[in-house]
Parts: sequence; C-alpha cells; structure tokens
Amino acid sequence: MKYIDEYRDKALIMNLVSRISTAANREYKFMEVCGGHTAAIHRFGIPSLLPDYISLISGPGCPVCVTGTDFIDKAVAYSGLEDVIITTFGDLARVPGSSSTLQKQRASGSDIRIVFSSLEALDAARSNPGKKVIFLGIGFETTAPGTAVTVKQAAEEHIDNFFVLSAHKIMPPAMETIAGEGTKLDGFICPGHVAAITGSSMFSFLPEKHNLGCVVAGFEPTDLLHAILMLIEQVNRGEPEVRIQYTRAVTPEGNLVARNNISEVFTLTDAYWRGFGTIPASGLTPGNAYEMFNAENAIPVSIQYHAENRMCICAEILRGLNDPADCPLFAEICSPENPVGACMVSSEGTCNAWYKYKRGR
Amino acid sequence: MCLSIPVKIITIEGSMAEVSAGGTIFKAGLHMIENANVGDYVLLHAGFAIQKISEEEAEETLRILREMNDAMKDE
Amino acid sequence: MIDHITLDHGSGGRQTHELIRNLFVKKFGMPEPLTDSAILRSQGRSYVFTTDAYVVDPLFFPGGDIGKLAVCGTVNDLAVSGAKPEYIACSFIIEEGFPAEHLVKIVDSMAEEALKAGVRIVAGDTKVVGKGKCDKIFITTSGTGILERGREHISTGTRIKPGDKLIINGPPGNHSIAVLGARNNLSFTTPVISDCASLNHLISGVLDRCNEVHFMRDLTRGGLAGVLNELAEMTGKGITIDEASVPVDEPVKGVCEMLGFDPLYLANEGRMLIVAGNDSESEILSVLKSDPLGRESAVIGEITDAKRYSVVLKTAGGGTRILDMPSGVQLPRIC
Repeated sequence: MKYIDEYRDKALIMNLVSRISTAANREYKFMEVCGGHTAAIHRFGIPSLLPDYISLISGPGCPVCVTGTDFIDKAVAYSGLEDVIITTFGDLARVPGSSSTLQKQRASGSDIRIVFSSLEALDAARSNPGKKVIFLGIGFETTAPGTAVTVKQAAEEHIDNFFVLSAHKIMPPAMETIAGEGTKLDGFICPGHVAAITGSSMFSFLPEKHNLGCVVAGFEPTDLLHAILMLIEQVNRGEPEVRIQYTRAVTPEGNLVARNNISEVFTLTDAYWRGFGTIPASGLTPGNAYEMFNAENAIPVSIQYHAENRMCICAEILRGLNDPADCPLFAEICSPENPVGACMVSSEGTCNAWYKYKRGR
Repeated sequence: MCLSIPVKIITIEGSMAEVSAGGTIFKAGLHMIENANVGDYVLLHAGFAIQKISEEEAEETLRILREMNDAMKDE
Repeated sequence: MIDHITLDHGSGGRQTHELIRNLFVKKFGMPEPLTDSAILRSQGRSYVFTTDAYVVDPLFFPGGDIGKLAVCGTVNDLAVSGAKPEYIACSFIIEEGFPAEHLVKIVDSMAEEALKAGVRIVAGDTKVVGKGKCDKIFITTSGTGILERGREHISTGTRIKPGDKLIINGPPGNHSIAVLGARNNLSFTTPVISDCASLNHLISGVLDRCNEVHFMRDLTRGGLAGVLNELAEMTGKGITIDEASVPVDEPVKGVCEMLGFDPLYLANEGRMLIVAGNDSESEILSVLKSDPLGRESAVIGEITDAKRYSVVLKTAGGGTRILDMPSGVQLPRIC
C-alpha cells in the first residue's frame, strides 16, 4: 500500500537500527504521548530492535486510558434512558465503569451502537427522530475537529436530537505537567497525527520552557526509528528543538481549517485526566453557539462517585513513572478479558500492549 | 494516537469522498481539506480526511533514508 | 463465575475456550485434547464426528452464503482430522416470516456444495420459531467420515517436532472482511470475496502424496493466531511465525490498517494450517499450489524448542513480539 509499505522496508529499518546503536553513547529515555505510537512501537517489535540503554516510555497518549471512570458512568447512565441511543467508537465498549461497561449494558438491552465516524452518529439522529442520539466524543486534537464538523452540520440542518458527551482533550497541558514535574526524560516523540492538525509549532514550549527536545514522528517503523535517531542526535548535541520527522503530513502550522473548527465549536474547560487529576483548560466541550449540543446541558443525568481500585497503578503508568510489570494486578487479575483499568482494555493502552506483545519474555 | 492511514481519493461529491485503502473503499468527509482532487492521498481518521499527504515530502523522506542506507553500505 | 454470556464468549478466543473448558468439557466429561472432530472407535474402525452451528450475518455475502458455509465448515472439520467426510445431517431453526425464496437459495447452495465436496446430506430437522425469536435462520450441521489407520496424530499433533514447518494454504482474513463488508454498517465496501470452500479434495491430495503431515487444523474463529496458540498449548512447543511470509490481500490489509484489525486474528472458512515434518514442506507446497484452493500457499513459520508454549512473531522489520491468544471480538478502534 502506498505511503505505508515503503516505510516498512527491512533494509531501511536495519540501517536505522545500526545508526542508532552507533549514535547512542549513553542512556536515553524518550516518552511518546500517543496511543497510536504505543501500539505501533509494540506491533513492530521496536523495543526488541533497540539496545537496552534506550528506553521508550508511554505517557498519557491514549485518550481512552486518560478518561476518568465518570465518563463511562455517565454514558452507562444515559444508556439506561428509554429514548436514548448511544453512539460510540469501538474503543469505549469494554472500558470498565464503576459498575458496568457499555458492552454489558448492550447485553442487557440498551441501544448502544458502534460507529466509525461522528457522521454516522448524526445519521442515526436523522433516522431516529423520536430518540436522543448521544455521541461519545473521545480523542485528542486529531479526532475533535471531526466531531466539530458534525456538530456544525447538525446545527445547519437544525437537528435537535443529536448531542455530544465530550471527553475530547488537548495534549499540551498534560505534556506540560509531565515536563514540569521533573520526570527524568531526554525528549519527547511527538504525536504525528495530532501535529498534522495542530502544527508542530504547538510543541515549542518543550525546548523553550523545559529544555526538552522533541521530534514529531509518523507511525511506520522507519518513521519511529528515524525520529529516535533524530532525538539521540539532539541530545548528543545538547540542542533541544522541535523537529518534524513526519514531513509528509506535518507542517509547523498544521491544518488551519481543522483548527478553526475546533475553536468555533468547542470551549476549553477543565478536564479530569486519569493519573493527573484535573488539568485546567485541557478539555474541549461544545460551547459558544453550540452549547445546546452538549449532552450534559441538555439531558440531566446523575452518577455516584466511586473510588478507583487502589491497587491499580494506571495513574503512575500514564505519567511514565511505572511500567505495567510494576503493577501487582498486571496479568494476574488484570487482563484484556478482565480489565481493572483502562490501560489494559484500550487497544492503545500501555498495559494492553505489554500484555499482548511482551508478557512472558 | 490516532488510527489514521494514507488513502487515495477515488470520487468526490460535495464534501464527501470515496477513498481507497488497498482497494477497499471508505467514505471520508473532506470538510477539512482545501483543494482536494481525485488521485490525491489524504490521511483518513474516524471518517474524515485530516490532512493531505505531500508527495514531495514523502519522496524526500525516502530519499534521505535510502541515502543513509547506501552510505553505510559503502563504508 | 460469569453471570451473563457475552459476545466475547462466542468469538473463538480466550473466553470461548474458558467457557468450553470450565463448563462443557467438565460437565460432559470430554477427553482432552479437544480436536475439531472427535475420533470414535467402533468394531475396529475409526470414525470422526463433528458438529457446528452457523449464524453468519448477513446470510448472503460475496463468495457464499450461510448454506455453503454450513456444508464446507463441517466438511473441513472432518477433513483436517485426516478423514474422508461422508455424511452430513443438518437442522434448521427458521424465524417466522423468513422469505421462502431465500430458503430455497440457501438449500440450493448446500446441495451444490455437498456435490462438490462429495458428501451426502442424509438427515435433518426443521423448526420454525416466532418472529423475533431467532435472527432469520440458524443452521447446525453434524458430519461424519472414516479415518484411515495411522492418521490419528493429524488432529492431536503427537508427532510434532521442533523444526517442523508451518504452511497456510492462502491469505488469511478474506472471509471476515467479505462478511463485514456485506454488513453495511462498518462504512466500507470491498472487492474481497470470502475464502469459504470445502478443502477435503485438496487435503486428500496432500495426504495421498505425503506421509509427513504432522498436524492440520482449519482456521475459523480466532483466526491463525487462535490455532497457533491452541497448538502451542496442546504440544507444549514454541512456534515462530515470519510475518513477512504470511500472504495478505491488499484490500484486506486496507481494512485492517484502517480499522485496527490484525489479519492473523480474523476468521476464515477455507484456510487451514498444515504442520509439515521432516523437510516435507516443498513437496506439500507443490501439491497445494497445483490446486486453485492452494495456489497462494506459503511456509509461514516453524515449530521451535525455544519459548515453549508461546507463539512469537518476527515482524517485517526484524523485531519480535508475542502473538497472543485472541481475546474477545475485534472492535474497530480510532485512537
């Protein structure tokens, strides 16, 4: 497939691995903050190709993982209402809430539909005028513009039975928190598809404020290895900066149309991030002229507070402070079939990746 | 983070397109792409095209990688 | 103890195996290892006996329909045990209001496939339930055949040794993608055609020519990864797969890359795994490739001594990772 296969060329991969080994002259710790990167790194067996002294840590890059249990509880509560259809990306179906999951609710009779796009959710609203269709908006700056487009479309067509329960978030505040709290890092592998929307200049605070270099990377094995090589060279030179490896999709300014969609439809709100608590101005909620599409405004629902499982260390894992292997529940009680925390159930969660690809080695 | 792959635009109708991934056809909203043309490659994510793939930059990346590979072969 | 049965229990992965082991095998006192078909002995002869239910949605898809599946699925379960499939019984559960025209089409498919496979449908049952009590039509087929002496190891894998090679008879995943594409709610259309086919003639061609087939199993739910993990568990050996050697059709790859599926985990209905011992893989490959159902056969890996009980994948770039037991139903992911 074009623009995929060429970047999986074995000779090019092996050459990059060899160059990395030559260039690396000390220990390096790089964090990626993108569930897609977590999945790609493990799927292609990248850790098995790198020398031990280069560590790749996963941060809060999996939007499902960083979303609090509250969100699922609200969705579950909504799904219990007679006239509600829940539309969601597949990723959320098995995430544990305090007492149930969307998948279990569907088994008990709730109308919960997996969609591939928010546009399909809007279709459901058009075809079911007597029902309220709630779309579970999850994802970072890559996904939020699509939700924004759909909300605008709903407004244009005066569709009044379409709502968004938003867990959309933006990346920089979480990265700022990690960079600011002194986690020992040598640089960031920056999310290529977020950057395709926001532009790479969004990450300039990393070298400027925190002396941390970063490289915006694509998702194929050569992209990731090339980015790691670029980071190693930056660290060796002592010149942190923002560089783009994924030049075929990322520019400093990004996609202006998409960025405008986000700022038109959403307002920045405080948001709860698993592992971080509430981070100010990090969440996107339908606002301004689009307030009426916010499910929480339009449809009242109440949930009970439940404490998270105390032994689950998803929080520390999302901050890059621990590995899944450090968790007492990992692979003993917590597994993809019986997930305790979101990091295990999401296909881009760190624990999920470790369980599937590394367990037992 | 985001599951998104390069796909080829096959047809365009208004702001929706049919795009091909290896021969399988998906629908994509082109609302965020200016000047999209049939034959262009875009990144498809959750039913939307989020950015065009730059052919020149793609070639350049490969050129750099191949150069690095050839250089080491000569050493 | 689970309190509700969920879709995961029917997906052919870890949860299915646990349910089977903890409930059915335990209560029925079934002997292990569990094979696709049971081997029964009566008066000095060995027979194989198997049963399968077909609930595919939609009923009609590119390359086949529920009727064709009902025959070739059971034929394959018998054939991969090394047996000659002979007789099929089928029972129908039909929803009130189901169009007769569709039933005729399905039955025609079954008759046609039975003829192709050389098996006879000799018994059956028909039930009709009220509207909404079953989804259009469910078919269960049971089948039996004769197992020649000296072939029992083919389903139990007792002859498998390190160094044995693994062969697949074509690209995995086509059936799943063809069915998903026909479902109309996953937002894609695809030229992919289901791989569903009766493999018994292909298999007898191989078994007639070659004595060194150490194991066979057909790849249904849970896909290639499911069978490899079952094999590793059954034999206690390690398995290594070379990802680059596994053929995958481009449009299947397109869906998988886009929706986050792994073709190694997708269900098939005309693909099988053969374990070839003692350097017999070239011979087996040439027999397979001379048949339309085996044209794209390939050696994809081998049995090893290292990393026992686990399946390791060598990725296209030279890295390695575990190929774990499938779990649950694969759902599309975005992020």
